[in-house]
Amino acid sequence: MINNLFLNIDAGTIDWSRAQFALTAIYHWLFVPLTLGLAVIMGIVETKYYRTKDEFWKTAAKFWQKLFGVNFAMGVATGIILEFEFGTNWSNYSWFVGDIFGAPLAIEGIVAFFMESTFVAVMFFGWKKVSPGFHLASTWLTGIGATISAWWILVANAWMQYPVGCEFNPDTMRNEMVSFAEVALSPFAIDKFCHTVISSWIIGAIFCVAVCCWYLMKNRDTKLATESMKIGVWVGLVAALLAGATGHKSAQSVGEVQPMKLAAMEALYNGGTDQGLTAIAWVNPFCQPDYAKEESAPLKLEIPYALSFMATNDIHGYVPGINDILNGYTKPDGTVEPSIDEKIARGKKAIEALSIYRQAKFNSSDDGSTAAYQLGILKENMKYFGYGYIKDKNDIVPYIPINFWAFRIMVGLGCVFILYFLVMLLLIYDIPFLSVFTRRLLASVGLLPETMADAPRRLTGLPSWHYWTAIILVPLAYIASECGWLVAEFGRQPWTIQDMLPTWAAVSDLNAGSVALTFFLFLILFTTMLAVEISILLKQIQKGPEL
Amino acid sequence: MNKKGFLFQVYDLYVDGFRHMRLGKTLWAIILIKLFIIFVILKVFFFPNFLKQHAEGDEASYVATELTNRANP
Repeated sequence: MINNLFLNIDAGTIDWSRAQFALTAIYHWLFVPLTLGLAVIMGIVETKYYRTKDEFWKTAAKFWQKLFGVNFAMGVATGIILEFEFGTNWSNYSWFVGDIFGAPLAIEGIVAFFMESTFVAVMFFGWKKVSPGFHLASTWLTGIGATISAWWILVANAWMQYPVGCEFNPDTMRNEMVSFAEVALSPFAIDKFCHTVISSWIIGAIFCVAVCCWYLMKNRDTKLATESMKIGVWVGLVAALLAGATGHKSAQSVGEVQPMKLAAMEALYNGGTDQGLTAIAWVNPFCQPDYAKEESAPLKLEIPYALSFMATNDIHGYVPGINDILNGYTKPDGTVEPSIDEKIARGKKAIEALSIYRQAKFNSSDDGSTAAYQLGILKENMKYFGYGYIKDKNDIVPYIPINFWAFRIMVGLGCVFILYFLVMLLLIYDIPFLSVFTRRLLASVGLLPETMADAPRRLTGLPSWHYWTAIILVPLAYIASECGWLVAEFGRQPWTIQDMLPTWAAVSDLNAGSVALTFFLFLILFTTMLAVEISILLKQIQKGPEL
Repeated sequence: MNKKGFLFQVYDLYVDGFRHMRLGKTLWAIILIKLFIIFVILKVFFFPNFLKQHAEGDEASYVATELTNRANP
């Protein structure tokens, strides 16, 4: 947790650098998911036009592409700032990761530039210049280009969480890629990509439904609203259900490679087999719980066996708790996970060996034997290199309240979205299997109209809270998405690279004041950009489709 | 220039597209201002390459010293 903002320079530099990176990433992530989500909506709408040749769908496609364009323009280059921060604030990290991090980011830059810029131009300028089929392909390729960009960014992020396909070179002090395929197709990256992109579709869908609801509330552009809403609701429901499935897979990955993150998400102090998933418990949001003394979080209400199933796909599976990880434990397959104290000792050995190796290597009086011997020690203990920087074993426990609550907010809102989209489907379609009793029950609480009117009339005649619900869900969708990132990033603290490099070793020796200054510069810049985007978006929504 | 040629069609797509932009003009203005702030102000004045400034050409030794010195004694 950030707790050194006003203390000495070193600690202040770490926390300001972290805060700045978090701020930039959070703002960047406001633009990206809407781009990915709206890409699907506009692609489907234009496909409808291509198949029906109905001019209505062309107008609708242009409208959604216009909103996509506003968001796309606002998001352009906001991610570049993160790369600046690597070079300035996190220079040790930047050097240490070598080309492993640089390669995916470079590919992302090239793909983003060529693919997105080419097809975006055809999408916006090409309505009268290219064939409908080529235009449709360009629209989809714009979205696919953005999604491929996301892939490479998430590959880079996944590598920090689960470093694979690399070997540390003590001469260059860099990790060198030994397998591009292992890095690019890391199972952790695949899970992360699927969950992240699919959750972005939910944001696009909710945004689409909210815009439609606003039109219905104002009783204007009703055809565009009802027809687009059908697409939004279907995309949202499918995406929300898939996000649940990919979230399960993601949790398994985390359980395998970052068990401390999973334990923090669950406030699981002492693990074991047959673990239940905490539905709710009292975890004070403002202080780290005393996990060493408490058996479990107070007022815990759990779903039996669900955590074991979530983490291992087996309801009797073993899930280690925080204390187990700190003190060492035996896995079900019999392998022993060392205690953190042991890992610290081995990490120190690795760092000491690195130091002696480099002295011997660059000292002409050494015949090579010392260097070779120390290299052996370094390789033997490299797995725990980062632990050599840990002073106290408790330093590797992330801030539990943020992980615990962010995870619950994300999952809870995910369930709300599924429920909401299901209710909207009931409103839009005549559901033949719905019994008279259920219909009356839903109608009595205002969730379903009593009449069997057609879809447009049903959707336009609803109480205004129906429409406001959709509009309120837009910020909630963003909160859910950002909470996912909070879990991903706070949960892996203190590591910039899992088990290899903690934040205090990765950060540059900068003055905290200069980092604080750029923090506030970004705050002003990004807030202005966000205000401009929201203002332009609202103006374009008010203007509506251009007939 | 051959008006049926591929290159002319690409040229025409962009020129005609930019000429008839309405909302796009505002968005391009925002993008250009943003790029100016990011690359000309932030990058030049606030985000120098730290290692280039401090490592004097031997980044590996600089990072090695940093990483070994920061380890817990």
